[in-house]
Amino acid sequence: MSATNHAPAAAPRPLLELKGLKMHFPVREGIFLRSSKALRAVDGVDLSLGPGETLGLVGESGCGKSTLGRCIARLYKPTAGEVIFEGTDLTLLARGALKPYRRQIQMVFQDPVDSLNSRHTVGQILEEPFVIHGQGRPAERRKRVQELLDHVGMPKGAMEKFPFEFSGGQRQRIGIARAIALSPKLIICDEPVSALDVSIQSQVLNLFMDLQREMGLSYVFIAHNLAVVKHISDRVAIMYLGHIVELADADAIYRHPRHPYTKALLSAIPVPDPARKRGRIVLSGDVPSPIHPPPGCPFHTRCPFVEERCRIEKPELRVAAEGDKTPHRVACHFDL
Amino acid sequence: MDSNASPNLLSVRDLVVAFDTDKGEVRAVDGVSFDVPRGKTLGIVGESGCGKSVTAFSIMRLLPQPAGRILGGKILFEGRDLITISDDEMHAIRGNRIGIVFQEPLSALNPVQSIGRQISEVFLLHKTSDKAEALKMSVEMLRHVGIPAPESRAAEFPHQLSGGMRQRVVIAMALACKPSLLVADEPTTALDVTIQAQILELLRELQAEMGMSVILITHDLGVIAENCDNVVVMYAGRIAERGPVDNLFSQPAHPYTKGLLSSIPRLENERKTRLSTIDGLVPALTEMPQGCRFQNRCPWAIDRCREQPPLETIAKDHDVACWRWREVVEAPAPAGREKP
Repeated sequence: MSATNHAPAAAPRPLLELKGLKMHFPVREGIFLRSSKALRAVDGVDLSLGPGETLGLVGESGCGKSTLGRCIARLYKPTAGEVIFEGTDLTLLARGALKPYRRQIQMVFQDPVDSLNSRHTVGQILEEPFVIHGQGRPAERRKRVQELLDHVGMPKGAMEKFPFEFSGGQRQRIGIARAIALSPKLIICDEPVSALDVSIQSQVLNLFMDLQREMGLSYVFIAHNLAVVKHISDRVAIMYLGHIVELADADAIYRHPRHPYTKALLSAIPVPDPARKRGRIVLSGDVPSPIHPPPGCPFHTRCPFVEERCRIEKPELRVAAEGDKTPHRVACHFDL
Repeated sequence: MDSNASPNLLSVRDLVVAFDTDKGEVRAVDGVSFDVPRGKTLGIVGESGCGKSVTAFSIMRLLPQPAGRILGGKILFEGRDLITISDDEMHAIRGNRIGIVFQEPLSALNPVQSIGRQISEVFLLHKTSDKAEALKMSVEMLRHVGIPAPESRAAEFPHQLSGGMRQRVVIAMALACKPSLLVADEPTTALDVTIQAQILELLRELQAEMGMSVILITHDLGVIAENCDNVVVMYAGRIAERGPVDNLFSQPAHPYTKGLLSSIPRLENERKTRLSTIDGLVPALTEMPQGCRFQNRCPWAIDRCREQPPLETIAKDHDVACWRWREVVEAPAPAGREKP
């Protein structure tokens, strides 16, 4: 039904384009705290996102997925590369010039406890976006806040309460209400359901899908749970050590994973069905440090199919097959 | 001896655990019973606050003091009731006959002691008084849990290790004395999926080798399905359903179990379809309804639910606490009303 509502591939102009995006954090050490090295959190990412599309961003801790999200929202100023939103490169803009774009790009964070001001009532929290962007008079703002709370399914009377009076799922709804307050075009969702219990997680995922249908939102949906991401996304990008190693339609990633890392990731997900015993690819070792990334393919230290070439030459993100909507890209020298 | 005659290593009977809070005494665990057969893995699954960790802490006698109290029940382990034995006796069992692995390895380890020394402590407490020998046994244990270059690793500190390595160290410590029971409380929740797969694989190997029983506590039904023989589903301090994993997943008989299983997004599902949900929230422990505690969220609730349903046996070893389980079992998943 709704699965085919959006045809993002055919969109004439993408809402968002990333070109060669890099975010390196200086690592300070020694007694003078000189920055001698760089932590390469995001190391050359190209992506695009159409209006009304959901792009899932998957990877393990430290792969750079959250940093990438924060670069898009311009919470970080990228080291290099472009973040083009509706034709404007946000990396070039100064603070003041950025403000109109800030309302178009919003964020929902993982932990609704840390991301909501505990000394403000829910009403104050949700009114703030309108105050900052100078919208409406107090009475109108209060009315809008109540509408927002109704929209995300919060109980009556929530406006006068404080965040701690609500459960995790409800707090996440408040975070979502704040994100949609100014009718943005893009929401960066950074692990928005990871901290929630299963029965609450599905409620919040349904809310995300409803809001997208109603408001035509685009999402960058960051999570480590591939099943969650696949459910909500049109396309999925798999990240490893600051690089995108695979990018394809969500169904294609699941049906025909091409990168050895994606295969391992998929096989590692425990399936709630005892009757289904599957072959599992258990990767050895840990993710290398992004301060000293290995030469060649970033995954070669853990790859079960590694060959000499992988240790020297870094694979490009190439088109491996035509997909239903978009080409299936993979950064691997081989067709596995 | 009667402990060898019984097929069960551990039997928990009618366990009641209460906590003192500002709003009075609340029962975090209220009448929980289950058995752990020798060499088998029992999973305890449930959402935050359902009492699964409190149950584990009760078995270890590690409830926060003085707020937490065991009000009643029995915890029979190798022929003794862990609730009534003395602190000294419990001391000899904990870490020796029962090992424990916690969720967050960084807070389970001492940040200012080398890992070799921390594991040695277990040996010094239960096995030997020779420090050099204890360290040698520790290095052997580190090798056993798959830590490369264990001799040099033993001299390192927890912050120098990755999350997966730290959890291996905690497992080495828990298994140092070859316990007959391992209690693992969300052992992989803080880890990435590929590392989770490594750790669960390690636990399975070590279990097969040592023949120990495992209690695996998790909120992840996938982890339960792949690693456990039997499972206990807890909700708000009580058992909703328990049984062999195959049975329980193929024929869930409690509306809560059924709701949980159908609300998980699965890879094979159609994308962007509505997920079925369990409406509402778990009531606070201070505001529990009379009778079945799931009634305010249950699509099957009837007047009779104001009376607590007993655990009824519906198949071999498969018990459920619901008045309407016969209808629930028959109903196609996802059961219940549609959202308005």
